[in-house]
Amino acid sequence: MSVGLPAFLILAAVLFSIGLYGAVSRKSAVLVLMSLELMSAAVNLNLIAFSRFVTPLKMTGQFFAVFVMVVSAAEIGLGLALVLAIYRQARSIELTGLTRLKG
Amino acid sequence: MAETVNGIAFALLALASVGGSVATLATRNVVHASFWLLEVMIALAGLFLLLTAEFMAMVQLLVYAGAVSVLLLFVIMLTLRRREDAIRPRDWSWPAAGMAALFGGLILSAVARYTPSNVRMPQVAPDVAGFGKLLFTAWMLPFELASLVLLVALIGAVWWSKEGDD
Repeated sequence: MSVGLPAFLILAAVLFSIGLYGAVSRKSAVLVLMSLELMSAAVNLNLIAFSRFVTPLKMTGQFFAVFVMVVSAAEIGLGLALVLAIYRQARSIELTGLTRLKG
Repeated sequence: MAETVNGIAFALLALASVGGSVATLATRNVVHASFWLLEVMIALAGLFLLLTAEFMAMVQLLVYAGAVSVLLLFVIMLTLRRREDAIRPRDWSWPAAGMAALFGGLILSAVARYTPSNVRMPQVAPDVAGFGKLLFTAWMLPFELASLVLLVALIGAVWWSKEGDD
């Protein structure tokens, strides 16, 4: 039994939706960042599946996935530094507590 | 596995990744959630191997399973001082679930509608040597820009997380 392109696309869509739900619903900044990582990993799976099935020798999707990984690594590093800065200011990383800019 | 993907291996890895990501959101303990995320990333590295993207699988293991999970655990350790703080109340949200389900349904219907189901896996497989050669010829400029992005992110992370007196 072999698996084609749609199976990978469906799996990536399911993973992305789970990550989207987490990013919107969680109230802890660390859990939101984890969900963002899940979403970018799902995008990478999509890109690599397309690369393997459509352009196996040019590997365009794989290079895009490399750059997605670079951006998401930068994002998680900066995001966690921000979480630490917020923690020093507010002694908490609950997103519901960050209402200083609320009108 | 040059021209087909093993169905059993795919099913196991898909189950591991979806189950792990559900468990990441279902567990109440933040530390457990980060370990479930680590499991999802390892399963995704296995899926990359099924797609003969060996380099991406290695980078996935190094960056996500190695660096990112350690970074997450460090931040959890620094921001939650007591053991009880890691246990969180369940925050389910029906609007968020509805939005995610709507989005997922939209994507799945687009996949069902527009993906030709008869795409065969090409006989030629990508290899790491060709990947490196292309990375340093055709993709040279984006590669250097990516290193610049990482440098700026490094400096920014150090700047933000330093013990300031502001």
